[in-house]
Amino acid sequence: MERTGALLGQFRDLDQQRDTVALGMWVFLLTEIMFFGGMFLTYTIYRLKFPHAFAEGSRELDVVKGGWNTAVLIASSFTMALAVRAAQMRKRKLLCILLASTMILGGVFLGVKYFEYAQKFEHHLVPGPDFHMSAPDAAQVQIFFSLYFAMTGMHALHMIIGEGMLLALLIYSWRGKYTGGYFAPVENGGLYWHFVDIVWIFLFPLLYLVDLHR
Amino acid sequence: MSESKQHVIPFKTYALILAALLALTLITYHVALVDLGPWNIVVAIVIACTKAVLVVLFFMHAAYAPRRTRLVILAGVFWLLLLLGLTLADYLTRPPATDSISSNNAPAAYVR
Amino acid sequence: MSATTASPAAASSPLQPPRENYLNASYGIRSWLLTTDHKRIALLYLISITSFFALGGVFALLIRLQLLTPEGWLVGPDTYNRLFTMHGIVMIFFFLIPAIPGVLGNFLVPLMIGAKDLAFPRLNLLSWYIFNIGALFTFYAILTGGIDTGWTFYPPYSSIFSNSQVAAAVIGIFITGFTSILTGLNFIVTIHTMRAPGMTWWRLPIFVWAHYATSIIMVLGTPVLAITLVLVAGERLLHLGFFDPRLGGDPLLFQHLFWFYSHPAVYIMILPAMGVTTEIVATFARKNLFGYKFVAAASLAIAVIGFLVWAHHMFVAGLSIYAAMAFSMLSYLVAIPSAVKVFNWTATLYRGSVSWQTPMLYALGFIGLFVMGGMTGLFLASLGADVHVHDTYFVVAHFHYIMVGGAVMGYLGGLHFWWPKISGRMYPEGLSRAAAIILFVGFNLTFFPQFVLGYLGMPRRYASYPPEFQVLNVLSTAGASILGLGYILPIIYFVWSMRYGKVASPNPWPATGLEWQASSPPPSENFETTPVVTWEPYDFEHRPDLGLPKPERAQPEKLEAPGLQGRD
Repeated sequence: MERTGALLGQFRDLDQQRDTVALGMWVFLLTEIMFFGGMFLTYTIYRLKFPHAFAEGSRELDVVKGGWNTAVLIASSFTMALAVRAAQMRKRKLLCILLASTMILGGVFLGVKYFEYAQKFEHHLVPGPDFHMSAPDAAQVQIFFSLYFAMTGMHALHMIIGEGMLLALLIYSWRGKYTGGYFAPVENGGLYWHFVDIVWIFLFPLLYLVDLHR
Repeated sequence: MSESKQHVIPFKTYALILAALLALTLITYHVALVDLGPWNIVVAIVIACTKAVLVVLFFMHAAYAPRRTRLVILAGVFWLLLLLGLTLADYLTRPPATDSISSNNAPAAYVR
Repeated sequence: MSATTASPAAASSPLQPPRENYLNASYGIRSWLLTTDHKRIALLYLISITSFFALGGVFALLIRLQLLTPEGWLVGPDTYNRLFTMHGIVMIFFFLIPAIPGVLGNFLVPLMIGAKDLAFPRLNLLSWYIFNIGALFTFYAILTGGIDTGWTFYPPYSSIFSNSQVAAAVIGIFITGFTSILTGLNFIVTIHTMRAPGMTWWRLPIFVWAHYATSIIMVLGTPVLAITLVLVAGERLLHLGFFDPRLGGDPLLFQHLFWFYSHPAVYIMILPAMGVTTEIVATFARKNLFGYKFVAAASLAIAVIGFLVWAHHMFVAGLSIYAAMAFSMLSYLVAIPSAVKVFNWTATLYRGSVSWQTPMLYALGFIGLFVMGGMTGLFLASLGADVHVHDTYFVVAHFHYIMVGGAVMGYLGGLHFWWPKISGRMYPEGLSRAAAIILFVGFNLTFFPQFVLGYLGMPRRYASYPPEFQVLNVLSTAGASILGLGYILPIIYFVWSMRYGKVASPNPWPATGLEWQASSPPPSENFETTPVVTWEPYDFEHRPDLGLPKPERAQPEKLEAPGLQGRD
């Protein structure tokens, strides 16, 4: 079978290829829902069991940083969606600018996260032998912080992988690979990035806004 | 059964969704400052779900995707709810602990 | 009305293998280790799977040797804990789960739907590498002392107190989980988007339906196991607290998370074997499958309902009694689609033109042993009975009837059924029938006594037992040695047949699937031109291209007495 540019050998035509890789990415995101879902279940059970400890732990988190990060990530989803649109309209430079913007915004998110983590280390809020908190239910607050680190850590890991993916897309976009009519990789990269955004959309209220009014 | 590639979503639509998402973020923060008792978490989840739906429908183009894609999304949501729901069915129907070795008060000795 | 046939190579003399096929299309180890041909990848899986099965079998042998005497003569309790843990881990994660999908699924799904390959061939190869990398971590764990927590890794023992290589083992299983996820993803997407023209959903062979259902489970369940293992590893390595009772953690939460995957996992192990059985039964009864749509729907029903029953593994762990009742009821429900399949296989056999070749022996063995295993599962689903037999050899016998009597027989039956297609050669029929019978006898001798032992109260995972149980244990060990012989024979004659076996025709049985239209073995691209499908599945009566004699059954069409049909 002859290759018409982007067409891979196992497919009949580019339509089938586009359909197939899109479905592949959606099914992969399905697995990610269940992967994070296990941690959301753990969170749910322990929040029901230890509402006070969760409120105390949440109070130690910086709502401003969390809120700012939420806005940054939403903005990066915006630039990513526009990037797909630019590829669709075959605008190579615009596509590259938007992909780079998405990467930069993601980088800002990760930078803020790094400072937040550093702060936790300083305040002895990292679970383990170094954990220290003067509160009667400090043990259960340790569970809160175990979840905090597990959930935001796993999320950050997915973002780092996403940054790598964006870099690859940026390089290929610069070479004009996605502005010739076939841009499924940009679309599917976008799907992944939006999913990571959605996870954070849930993490923010669950971790940062517990009993904020107290 | 390929997606309609001719359909370019206008910039304005994306900008509107961005504005809505940022607004909802502000709203969820401000609502959290008000004491609504058990309803705080409900409102927070509802707002988060709304934001997620907007991202899925418009940023991820699910509104314009074939039926099969929507099936995949619904399956994911359904299975997640299954995991949460059936597990909660155990925890929410357990009798309250009445003995002294209830786990809610862990010995303070473990924590420095 | 037949499909376009395969490459011109198939037109050569029937006693010669086709000149160019996927086996000789390229030579050298690089062409195998870097292949993206789903058929070659299937054979790579075959090699890995067989090796891991042998390793798991060695652990089984040591277990059965230990249990020859009541006081346990071979190893101490600590070592025994490691033996049964590693037997479980290797057999479940490195044999049962990947075997049929990895070997037969990979080889056959594209052929059965008329595609050139799976949707993502490179991902397919990556899956195989991930499989072996995960195995390496687990081997490291085994070689550096093993794990003694049981394959179920219950905390707080696994996360806090065990002194064994828990972290390495869970990391290994975590990595291997991606094999399942990516293979399932590949199958789902392939079946949705890569079917040949005319291959509608209702014309798919049940083997494909079974793998579709299996893939749904793989994709939705395995990630939950993955995150659970991450949490255990986090607790062990990073002192995070999730299941630590000293912090208020709930070990039962682990069990919920663990069994949410591990129960559907058993359907990952059995559904493909059911798909294989369906293909074999229809072919060797030479009859249309009874109730095709019900069998297809039952596959999906098993996949879905299988996710609703997991807490039946936790009936005595401290569940709420109301949840226990709900899960008990749901567990009875999941037996129904399995029963539908058994009824439909039986109805297919009824008045069929039955022949007794080796694949049929395995399929019939499957049906009988699966029914026994399944019905004893109902005993376990009943709350009261489960309290009595939980954690005894009754459970061990139950799941071995399904896993070995069911899944392994399905795997072997499938290997025999499709061996001509895979290798272009026939295995020796007499020896293979003997092996199947040896397997059947050895299996029952090994595991039936265990039902009795469990009912009488012998606990599982114990390195020693009361003396009154010795006779049954000795019988079980004797059976295990016969079983082992039954497994060694196919390995020997399959390897032998690759060089000395009789050359196979494209469709030796004959069977109705699209894979039999390709030559034996198929060319690399499967079909010279994309086939166009116009026939219904298992439609033996309307397939003149199979060269079957017309059926000689009497076909009464009209009743003699007037008025009985309601018209004059």
